[in-house]
Amino acid sequence: MPTQKIDLKAVQDDFKARIARVKRRVVICAGTGCVANGALDVYHALADAIAARKLDVVLALNEEKDSDAYVSKSGCQGFCQAGPLVTIEPEGYLFCKVRPADVSEIVEETIIGGKPVERLVYKHPANGQLYAKRDEIPFYQRQNRHVIGDCGVLDPENLDEYIARGGYEAARKAFVEMTPETVCEEIQVAGLRGRGGGGFPTGTKWQLTLAQESAKKYVICNGDEGDPGAFMDRSLMEGNPHRIIEGMMIAARAIGADEGYVYVRAEYPLAVQRVRKAVEEAALAGLLGDDLFGTGLSFELFVMEGAGAFVCGEETALIASIEGERGMPRPKPPFPAQSGLWGKPTVINNVETLATVPLIIEQGSSHYRTMGTEGSPGTKTFALTGHVVNTGLIEVPFGTTLREIIFEIGGGVTDRFGNPDPHGFKAVQIGGPSGGCLTAEALDLPLDFESVKGIGAMIGSGGLVVMNQDTCIVQVARFFMQFTQKESCGKCVPCREGTKQMLALLDNIIEGRADESTLPLLEDLAIAVRIGSLCGLGKTAPNPVLSTLRYFRDECQAHVVQKRCPTGQCKALAQPEIIAPLCKGCGACIRKCPVNAITGEKRQPHVLDASLCVKCGACAQVCKFNAIVGV
Amino acid sequence: MCTETATRKFEKVCQILDLHQRDPSKLIPILQEVQKVYRYLPEEVQAYIATGLGLSPAKVYGVASFYANFSLEPKGKYVVHVCDGTACHVKGSSLIKEALFKKLNLSTEKKTTEDMMFTVEAVSCLGACGLAPVMTINDKVYGQVTPEMAAGLIDEIADEEKK
Repeated sequence: MPTQKIDLKAVQDDFKARIARVKRRVVICAGTGCVANGALDVYHALADAIAARKLDVVLALNEEKDSDAYVSKSGCQGFCQAGPLVTIEPEGYLFCKVRPADVSEIVEETIIGGKPVERLVYKHPANGQLYAKRDEIPFYQRQNRHVIGDCGVLDPENLDEYIARGGYEAARKAFVEMTPETVCEEIQVAGLRGRGGGGFPTGTKWQLTLAQESAKKYVICNGDEGDPGAFMDRSLMEGNPHRIIEGMMIAARAIGADEGYVYVRAEYPLAVQRVRKAVEEAALAGLLGDDLFGTGLSFELFVMEGAGAFVCGEETALIASIEGERGMPRPKPPFPAQSGLWGKPTVINNVETLATVPLIIEQGSSHYRTMGTEGSPGTKTFALTGHVVNTGLIEVPFGTTLREIIFEIGGGVTDRFGNPDPHGFKAVQIGGPSGGCLTAEALDLPLDFESVKGIGAMIGSGGLVVMNQDTCIVQVARFFMQFTQKESCGKCVPCREGTKQMLALLDNIIEGRADESTLPLLEDLAIAVRIGSLCGLGKTAPNPVLSTLRYFRDECQAHVVQKRCPTGQCKALAQPEIIAPLCKGCGACIRKCPVNAITGEKRQPHVLDASLCVKCGACAQVCKFNAIVGV
Repeated sequence: MCTETATRKFEKVCQILDLHQRDPSKLIPILQEVQKVYRYLPEEVQAYIATGLGLSPAKVYGVASFYANFSLEPKGKYVVHVCDGTACHVKGSSLIKEALFKKLNLSTEKKTTEDMMFTVEAVSCLGACGLAPVMTINDKVYGQVTPEMAAGLIDEIADEEKK
């Protein structure tokens, strides 16, 4: 297909000229979270309402003309808790939880009047203070949205806008002004480390692949984000797909590859669609294909949808999956840098890593090193979820503490009803199934790759799940073990059998069958699985268990020795009881109990003898007053 | 490669195979597209794909059974996925699953209703953790779901289907 070479400068000037004649820009967050909350209805309602007021509104910036408002959709703006989100530029107002019924007010007060709609601005849950401007909200103010920032502004389906913000400039620079060696060098000096979990230096990976003699090399973008509780890769693929393509082009230039694959997780249909569209548009504009930037070099990009296997996040398993095989890892070495896809030298990078690359090439490694710590430069995105006031996607420099993240950006911990609870913090799970649960003691630890590893967890892909006092930590460990056991591909014995046995031991603890030998056995087994497994999945699967045994030994012991769950979440360990103030003395439970464990006079609170109870639950089923607990 | 009767019976499969130039390395995209047609991967279709690509049926079954998104059994018209990622789990996703199981008389073993209307499955993270707990019905995402709300959505669909 003949393509027309794009003139980046001309597109930039043209877009800037078009946007300059727009009075106000309305950006509606169309990330998955906000769409689920009805953002698209808001989009249509707003467009209709502006048109009904006979204002000049444009939904696509195709031509240069004056207009009152340009309404566009963006990728994830990060503050999922408060969605659907609507941002108004140039003032920078942010409206939260917008409903279609609110749009006429937005049109009258903001688009015409230039004032915020007070009812819709962010209200601090603790002190009730109102924040009209997005950058003033503590959630945003304390972040450094270096990599994900553009996601919340630009229209992910508009190539022109990406270019207007300086997009593909870094790729041009890498192809025209730099050599493969200098590109590798720049990334190496910047100290960029892989964001997929391992933290391996990206520059080293590229240099190793560049050094391989081969006519054919590949670049793969690992978008198989399987860690439960992490969604930054999804947001980047949905919100800024061109940045990822540009990152891959630079990687291709660095190692001398002419073909690439984006492997997107199947659970992310919108990401698949957006990346596919972006690749098509980039190819049409001549940014992908042959003779890039007049250098005679080519790079072709393909999108592959995963089929649902967590282990495919492991690079050798992912390669097997692209080749049409079962996604099973193989021993390393040889590393993909030596023998990867179809046996050729291959670079595999995570989405967030690749999205960072154009920024480093554009702004230089020294600027990049001004953020973060010496050993872990730059910023990291975290998915902040669980029992926390502000859930969403955040980005902070490495070295930020958990306290700042959870209490300042996150606004503190919530109780089971979702209300702020200043004393509610129990633990934070970092790094998903390869990470661990950390206690309040870790709150002041500056987060970077080494420090987190030092306390037995992992930054991993960046999931942060905050847990309140009602969460049973043994059940959390069991949850991750069940996950890794299910996702173990079965190739190596330590992982396949070890995860199964660890899960059985955790079940024993939760169901009251454990004895004093259980915890030491669990610990031994966890260490054996860590040492003996073939790939990262098995090697890190014991982390949640080991960190739980290390930091929550007392809670584990209570389950084992006293047969008691301190949080009351483990049903089998619960003490059956009738709550006297709730009991009306109707006698329904007495008649149902098969072992005559309940006694009492009519219209008087009944009593349950726990030593006779078999926890069949029949009494609780007939009780109309929910007075019976623990059965 | 397709004989005339087979071509008629598996016309769509044939088209999909041709679209991918009968390239064995494209097995996963082929299975994905075929599953869109049948809503699952019937055994005879797997065998047909194997022949078409010059692979053994065991190889195709091996791949089909490895990945969670391939189904070897027919699914209902409405596929309900209850997210069991970490964030959803700590916010009570198991209560939603239980409510749906109870409502539709299903279990972890029996995932699809007799009338082939609903399939309920727990899935690993859907990546909408900010809205936990989350469920999807045929890819439409619902956030901050309660057990009552989940049951209500089922009622709405069932009523719509009766009309």
